[in-house]
Amino acid sequence: MPAVTETREAVEKLGQSSYKWGFETDIDMDVAPKGLNEDTIRLISARKEEPEWLLEWRLAAYRSWLTMKEPTWAKVSHPPIDYQDLHYYAAPKKKPGPKSLEEVDPELLRTYEKLGIPLHEQAMLAGVELPEGETARPPIAIDAVFDSVSVVTTFRKTLEEAGVIFCPISEAVRDYPDLVRQYLGSVVPVGDNFYAALNSAVFTDGSFVFVPKGVRCPMELSTYFRINAKNTGQFERTLIVVEDGASVSYLEGCTAPMRDENQLHAAVVELVAMEDASIKYSTVQNWYPGDENGRGGIYNFVTKRGACRGARSKISWTQVETGSAITWKYPSCILQGEGSVGEFYSVAVTNNHQQADTGTKMIHIGRNTRSTIIAKTISAGHSDSTYRGLVRVQPKASGARNFTQCDSLLIGDQCGAHTVPYIENRNMGARIEHEATTSKISEDQLFYCRQRGLSEEDAVGLIVNGFCRDVLKELPMEFAVEAQKLLQISLEGSVG
Amino acid sequence: MTQFLDISGLCARIDADGQEKEILKGVDLSIPPGEVHAIMGPNGSGKSTLSYVLAGREDYEVTAGSVTFQGQDLLGMEPEERAAAGLFLAFQSPIELPGVNNANFLRTAVNAVRRARGQDELDAVAFLKTARAAAKDLSMAPDMLKRNVNVGFSGGEKKRNEVLQMTLLEPSFAILDETDSGLDVDALRIVAEGVNRLRSPSFSALVITHHQRLLDYLVPDRIHVMAQGRIIHSGGPELAQQIDREGYTRFLAEAAAA
Ligand SMILES: Nc1ncnc2c1ncn2[C@@H]1O[C@H](COP(=O)(O)OP(=O)(O)OP(=O)(O)O)[C@@H](O)[C@H]1O
Ligand SMILES: [Mg+2]
Repeated sequence: MPAVTETREAVEKLGQSSYKWGFETDIDMDVAPKGLNEDTIRLISARKEEPEWLLEWRLAAYRSWLTMKEPTWAKVSHPPIDYQDLHYYAAPKKKPGPKSLEEVDPELLRTYEKLGIPLHEQAMLAGVELPEGETARPPIAIDAVFDSVSVVTTFRKTLEEAGVIFCPISEAVRDYPDLVRQYLGSVVPVGDNFYAALNSAVFTDGSFVFVPKGVRCPMELSTYFRINAKNTGQFERTLIVVEDGASVSYLEGCTAPMRDENQLHAAVVELVAMEDASIKYSTVQNWYPGDENGRGGIYNFVTKRGACRGARSKISWTQVETGSAITWKYPSCILQGEGSVGEFYSVAVTNNHQQADTGTKMIHIGRNTRSTIIAKTISAGHSDSTYRGLVRVQPKASGARNFTQCDSLLIGDQCGAHTVPYIENRNMGARIEHEATTSKISEDQLFYCRQRGLSEEDAVGLIVNGFCRDVLKELPMEFAVEAQKLLQISLEGSVG
Repeated sequence: MTQFLDISGLCARIDADGQEKEILKGVDLSIPPGEVHAIMGPNGSGKSTLSYVLAGREDYEVTAGSVTFQGQDLLGMEPEERAAAGLFLAFQSPIELPGVNNANFLRTAVNAVRRARGQDELDAVAFLKTARAAAKDLSMAPDMLKRNVNVGFSGGEKKRNEVLQMTLLEPSFAILDETDSGLDVDALRIVAEGVNRLRSPSFSALVITHHQRLLDYLVPDRIHVMAQGRIIHSGGPELAQQIDREGYTRFLAEAAAA
């Protein structure tokens, strides 16, 4: 069954009122004691049987983290986070690294099934058992990360045959140490910022992708993150390297159970694109946003950055952010290669008491580099959303061009939307365009839709999806449909 | 009482910048099943307001009167319930929905009312076939279905799009609010034919217009004159010519004297 319908059905079956992915899975866990110090890091590193260089790398990150302070410039507020009151490692008790689905705890598989993630490769093989009316679609390879550990990666054989490496990063450390060592931290250095340093010190798993010269990855790659354990920080590390003339499309999805306390999530994603390489990175972020009174929810402090190292390389970030109590996230592109291209397409939805401060950075270093930013912000309830974007053109980036379009849509009159563009241009020949709009869903539009028979909620869904169209159309088909439904679900009860 | 649409003593007001403004001041009007009625009247007399109140727009407050539609209390229903019950309003100024694909909008609407009416939903293929045929009947360019709802449509294109929606939603009662305004002669005929195609014993319409020409194509059963929030005169189709010749002065004077 396709991921989308399955997700939809899973949602309906669960019958959870507001957050539909809120169930907890009962599984034997191996959990590190609470607290963060060098011993915790040594323990994580030992559990993962890591080489000495990586332990040293982690410790260096930890030491620089100790000298840093939580950033305060973002327009979000939360009670102080007690970093000593968290677990930094939690893994299903089963020995890490199952090789096939048969070895995975069936309870885990059931969880993913509930989420609508098709791990069963067989069912996904195109054209075989598709229900009537469904057209065959290319399969998606999935790396499922459960709490701190990658539990299973599908389609590895097909990918290997194509020369593509797609595996948990902990495995890559073991099997491809040179590649990992060469690129890890090369885009986001260990001391880059508070959360990135924390992640570098304690990251437990995540995905590693390597697409060699000239290879077009034969299928979409996807990682599904699920936080399950209580009081556990989740710190994934994703590294994607695409060599000359190669390309890949990567999807990331996330959920977490409902909890009263807030949970911390601080991921780092690094992308490297060489000459003529292209990386498309899509995210549908649906962490638990907290209840309608603002209790609980995920704090999502993420560092995502891509380096367009080669000439004519291209990195495209597309994100649909509907979840989390707090989102702090600025997927960025470093446009180094001549004629390289950076794109950022974003939809951020906040409802109830959610806060989002998100945007992008486009750093133009090479000549004739181009970037496009399309950011759509939707605020409802008492939520607050900020778009924060930096476009920097270095002196040598002649012929650089940027186009930025920021649109905000307000639903109701208790919410806020802010646009904070920073433009630093050090090259007179560069062209930078910025457009911004703020609008409300008008009574006229709602009434028009309802006169045609749509319920108020469907009308809002339709109008919001229309507002986001320029971004949604950048998503791979599967995700686009899922994202549309998510948008509607996350705005439920926001009008009337 | 006609058992189809009965409006009686309908009063409605709007809150205009903190000031209560009475717009409908006791509208009485009955439309039997299968009949087409027209409303004519000076600008600002309340014609569009009446259509909005019938369709359930919430900013108008009904202060007195009643409306029965096929035996149901229309005023107690939500706008989408009225649509499902068969009421359709072609807007005087159709609304733009940026980013919303016209075909997708139409299909969502059609399936919403079909669901509410206990009919099977149409799948994408079946729907597109029907929609394309209906668009062709209205001489609409094929790309109109692919464009965003009313965005960048010319005045005439918007009106045709309203008639397309009406055709696909299969209403039992349609209100057309100046659907003829802004149409060229050919379009006027095409739109009138679109309405005429729907005519049957189970379809009634209320056509709001300023021009006799539409009524030449769409010969109505009755014509009502509305002024200052009331129906002040009713007559047969010949009334249109009289209004065209003489304007509203005489009706207004008569109403003032009464
Ligand atoms: N939202 C509103 N705020 C203030 N006044 C309003 C509002 N809606 C309608 N009115 C007033 O109510 C009166 C009736 O308006 P309505 O649009 O119903 O007239 P109409 O008969 O349709 O006119 P036309 O022939 O020009 O279309 C007008 O004086 C109009 O200005
Ligand atoms: Mg009018």
